[in-house]
Amino acid sequence: MAEKVMLAAEKPLRSASNRSEEASAKGALKFDKIIEIRNVTKVFDDVTVVDNMNLSVKRGDFVTLLGPSGCGKTTLLRMIAGFATPTSGNIFLDGKDITELPPHKRPINTVFQKYALFPHLNVFKNIAFGLKLKRIPDVKRDKKGEPVLNPKTGAHIDVMRKFTKNEIAEKVNRVLKLVGLEGYGHRDTTSLSGGQQQRVAIARALVLEPKVLLLDEPLGALDLKMRKEMQFELKKMHDELGITFIYVTHDQEEALTMSDKVVVISDGVIQQMGTPKKIYDEPANAFVANFIGESNILSGEMQEDYKVRFCGADFKCEDKGFGRNERVDLVVRPEDIFVYPDGSGKGQLKGVVTSVVFKGTYYEMNVATNEYEFTVQSTESFSPDSKVELGIKPDGIHIMKKMRTVNEIITTVDGENTVDFHGGSFEFENSEQFEKGARVKLSVAFDKIELTDDERDGVIGGNIGQSLYKGAYYQVQVYTDDDDDIYVDTPDEWDIDDRVGILIKPQDLIVEKYDEPEDEEANKDARTEEAANE
Amino acid sequence: MNVKKKVFTVLGWIILIVALAVIYLPIALVILYSFINSKNVGESGPFSLELYKQLFENEKLLTAAGNTLLIGVISAFAATILGTVSAVGIFYLKRGKQAANIVSQLTVYNAEIVTAVGFFLLSILLRNVVQKGIAWLIVCHTVITVPYVILTVSPRLSQLNPNLFEAGTDLGASSARTMFTVIFPQLIKGMVSGFALAFTLSLDDFVVTNMNRGDGVETISTFVYNSIRRGVPPAVRALSTIIFVAVLVVLIAVNIAGKAKTRRGNMPAPAKHKR
Repeated sequence: MAEKVMLAAEKPLRSASNRSEEASAKGALKFDKIIEIRNVTKVFDDVTVVDNMNLSVKRGDFVTLLGPSGCGKTTLLRMIAGFATPTSGNIFLDGKDITELPPHKRPINTVFQKYALFPHLNVFKNIAFGLKLKRIPDVKRDKKGEPVLNPKTGAHIDVMRKFTKNEIAEKVNRVLKLVGLEGYGHRDTTSLSGGQQQRVAIARALVLEPKVLLLDEPLGALDLKMRKEMQFELKKMHDELGITFIYVTHDQEEALTMSDKVVVISDGVIQQMGTPKKIYDEPANAFVANFIGESNILSGEMQEDYKVRFCGADFKCEDKGFGRNERVDLVVRPEDIFVYPDGSGKGQLKGVVTSVVFKGTYYEMNVATNEYEFTVQSTESFSPDSKVELGIKPDGIHIMKKMRTVNEIITTVDGENTVDFHGGSFEFENSEQFEKGARVKLSVAFDKIELTDDERDGVIGGNIGQSLYKGAYYQVQVYTDDDDDIYVDTPDEWDIDDRVGILIKPQDLIVEKYDEPEDEEANKDARTEEAANE
Repeated sequence: MNVKKKVFTVLGWIILIVALAVIYLPIALVILYSFINSKNVGESGPFSLELYKQLFENEKLLTAAGNTLLIGVISAFAATILGTVSAVGIFYLKRGKQAANIVSQLTVYNAEIVTAVGFFLLSILLRNVVQKGIAWLIVCHTVITVPYVILTVSPRLSQLNPNLFEAGTDLGASSARTMFTVIFPQLIKGMVSGFALAFTLSLDDFVVTNMNRGDGVETISTFVYNSIRRGVPPAVRALSTIIFVAVLVVLIAVNIAGKAKTRRGNMPAPAKHKR
């Protein structure tokens, strides 16, 4: 398990280190990879939406790009479709570079979230639209359909031709049957329900037999029941047709139920990729754990291999390879926590039940311990306010490396004892004197940053990103106005997209001398550091 | 309470009727007196079609009507094409969309006399290249009406599904082909109303026309205006009636066509689908 965990955590790095090999094998036949994204970055108006992404998609797979809105997943899809061009990097289809190829020349078709059917055409003509434009290879024929032979060589003469009317009708009717809309060909698209319109959109894309089908949140506009039905049908179509599907969604349940492979994306960076089971059981970091499924995410400390301490108790676990006393994130799924009556001595933690909800096949309870309020699922019900013990088995604990342990940037001293921090001038106290303009390494601990309700009370402002409950505090990601982010541990709960002010006490800012390395970008921040190391 | 409501209802009707009367009374008067052969409106005379007969015998007036129609149709046609292309171009602009919109709409708000003088001066400046007359008037009218076509087409563009263009290219059509086979068909309604608006504006334009028509070229508006000194020929009433009725017929036809299209869309599926 421990090894697997490390693999998961290192996945982006690993695929990156393979990249040089892949680059050298450029042009060589890679049968298993239909789509390859290499070092793709997309910048819109100075905002990096996709940040140096690497990804390969296996032929015939159902791959889901999963992430919160604005994480860059749709932009990545649009670059594969050809609607957007990467700022840098390349996209390969079957080993051929298609980065600059316009969308109409790519054997890739898209199903849009809002269907994008042509309102002036009926269902049949919508589906036939692409077929009428398509050219297929054939041999030259006379009027009766017999092949015409080259009089000199006696060989067939290769030509490209359009589909005949009968061929188009046959194909359209076949695909209508596939999506369950037989006999709807003459209908106006506007007279169809949302679900039916999306079926037409799927039929319109599938009829061209694309190498890759892209689906951009195709079920987002449908109601829950219709969505479940379409999920099932899409999965069936994928299994029957053998076409590679790349599916974009922010719905983790959808991603887990449908995909062969899930790619979790946040802030334009791939956080983890793997099978749904792997993503669920062994999330690479706290973000993935929080985003996928319900989970208890805590901070802990590795005592030694196979032993972790959190909530004031020691637990056996199955993970190793961390430093002694290394601070780690860990995830415990609600179904992996066992609830025992108080005094039974079976559990490692004592707690009080704060709420109980019956969920059909199990009870979901919140249990407050001294440091953390756990969400647990149990077939046995305990009444609120009753004292219980919680037990967690070693395989129920999954340890993750902390994504970041301190906010660290390389910046410039911009005045007498003030330093630039994400666009604002912060005062610092230091025994060492720095000249104005000196390059310094600035670090500040998560819990030394104060967030204020009123943006004007802070030195700089920011927007709250995701917020993670960590027991005694919340770990909040704050986006600064210079398109960067910092982590803050705060006792308060903040809502996503709240505007806040950011304050740091002078004594909490740690300023160190910084020697410029040759590669200036190398240590800019944790993320680019990782990228540069690759 | 009920009484108060009633009072408001009655008041509403009265205002509506007065408003409609103010708008339509002059037109009704013209139509009525187009059937009465009298020199002036208000005078009594026998009910007859004499004025219509006069109209079709008045060569000057007929020539003016012909010119008006010619200029109107050609300039409206040109303006529709240019306006639609401009609207599409502006809509898909990544930068400077706002600026392009303002520049394209400026002449709509500008005093027409400024435009007229502008054309007049331009025709003098280019006197070796262009001559005042029908061709020059077509150019002028096209330029004046293009912004109105942009105004009628733009709203339809912004109502389009944002992925429509991409869907076209995704299915294998080049950008140009997508424009013609996917985007333009969605704009037809806007183009038709743009054409109608451009045509009407050209029809009753006087300021620009009068300054740029050159010697001996008359349109209905200049003809009527210039004949006022001698008194408006009674046949103008017949002409006005014909124009009004023609516009009315077109308006009704467009409405019925639009309704029929919507109804067809909602029709239930016939049992069998022949293809």
